[in-house]
Amino acid sequence: MPASPANDHFDLLVIGAGPAGIAAAVTAADAGLRAALVDDNPRPGGQIWRGGAHLPAPARQWLARLDGSSVVRLQGWRVFDAPEPNLVLAEQNGATDKTANANPALAVLHYGKLVLATGARERFLPFPGWTLPNVMGAGGLDALVRAGLPIAGKCVVVAGTGPLLLAVAAHLAERGARIAAVCEQAPRSRLATFAAHLFFEPGKLWQGARYRWAARTGRFLTSCWPVAALGGDRLRSVTLRRGSRQWNVACDYLACGFHLVPDTELPALLGCRIVDGFIATDELLETSLPGVYCAGEPTGIGGVDLSVLEGQIAALAVCGKTAEARLLARKRRRRLGFVHALEQACVLDPELRALATNETIVCRCEDVPCAALRERDGWREAKLLTRCGMGPCQGRICGAAAEFLFGWRAESVRPPIFPALVSSLAWGPARQTQNFSAAGALSENSKETP
Amino acid sequence: MPEPASAVALTVNGALVTVERGTTVAAALLMAGVATRTSVYGEPRAPLCGMGICFECRVTIDGVSHQRSCQILCEPGMHVTAPATESTNNAEGRQSSHREA
Repeated sequence: MPASPANDHFDLLVIGAGPAGIAAAVTAADAGLRAALVDDNPRPGGQIWRGGAHLPAPARQWLARLDGSSVVRLQGWRVFDAPEPNLVLAEQNGATDKTANANPALAVLHYGKLVLATGARERFLPFPGWTLPNVMGAGGLDALVRAGLPIAGKCVVVAGTGPLLLAVAAHLAERGARIAAVCEQAPRSRLATFAAHLFFEPGKLWQGARYRWAARTGRFLTSCWPVAALGGDRLRSVTLRRGSRQWNVACDYLACGFHLVPDTELPALLGCRIVDGFIATDELLETSLPGVYCAGEPTGIGGVDLSVLEGQIAALAVCGKTAEARLLARKRRRRLGFVHALEQACVLDPELRALATNETIVCRCEDVPCAALRERDGWREAKLLTRCGMGPCQGRICGAAAEFLFGWRAESVRPPIFPALVSSLAWGPARQTQNFSAAGALSENSKETP
Repeated sequence: MPEPASAVALTVNGALVTVERGTTVAAALLMAGVATRTSVYGEPRAPLCGMGICFECRVTIDGVSHQRSCQILCEPGMHVTAPATESTNNAEGRQSSHREA
């Protein structure tokens, strides 16, 4: 028998230890609440505050506040189900059915209030060769470099869309990488509008500095994107296109991400109302579910400063400090223009739809080519007939691509939202045998593909 | 070079790899130039998202399969096996890797 799961109750449970989640948990703990913070990554900080020594001062301050707080931390645990109201199940990364006998691999987390700070991931668009080793996300390569991958002396092409490209290029250059080109799909005119917006956002001025860096090096190309990644066993070169001009660039890595999409699987599983892909909240960030709040990128892609602010607002609202929360909410409202400007700046060029040829793989988990999807009527039919989105990533990568390519949107989310051990999956049905007679239906197969 | 005190030695497909403490297994695999898995059609794959979303970096760590290597830190004495090396030239790669996926 597996060891009994870690079972606990918290006034506030925060899911996601990025800037929003850390700010929420620390703010609530400082106000005297018993708060817990669950996060999938080996270290707190999310994607943007990754990598210790190289972090900016506000990041180091918040991480230090977290260390000094009473927040109960489950770092390296992934939430995979929410079988009952006010309860989520999490499993420790690296746990096995075997080790589950000795150490609890499963955490049964009861909560009074919940803050969803699940963050965002990159949008990937399929193009010939995008499945080659060393073709990665822009944030993806940056995360791996922060996780120990040496980049000095390597030649990198950064491509896609959004301010992340310049942030990544500047960071990799600082670490000694040679940046062959930064290719932004948006036209220069649109970026100029966005850059002007930055001057009304003091907190965003660092991004202005990135623009100046890029302009100085002269390798920042607008209306430009990769049309093919070439190589046998790994990437050797990238074919770039700008207007009618097409050329080849030899490189070690292609860091390619087309802005961000929010991680909404857990909010969707809980039943939070989602509007145009983002979690709908009121002014104090409460979702359509009473007692469930959302902070950070899932409410709108607005960057780190806005995420911290939203984490604080949600926590103050949870603590009943409504006046303080409203004060910060006013500050937030002034910054929402930035969210809108960013969205406008990152609108994808319709020509990018033509990048995927019939043979190009769209679903990497199941190797489903674009041709097999073109004939389908929607996401559901594509899943049933081609297995698109049915692999271990559960459509997290191909879903956003299919939405852009075919206009499909994932309709429903089913547990487990991450693969989980049989011993963990057995927890719910075992408890609910009085309701479900089919508990015995659980089999080895349910481990990977729900 | 990393200081001995901050170095972690592990094996990747049997070969000794030394990395700095705090390095993820995915970063170690990239340093070793090892593909992480073979796709359904037999393509070599390597980390894509770097943040636990895409599952392209999943490998076997200390005998446990399907571990997302980007979410796990290197530990001294860890044994990492990337299944890609076993089936890359296997005519039945499609069948076997589909089961693996």
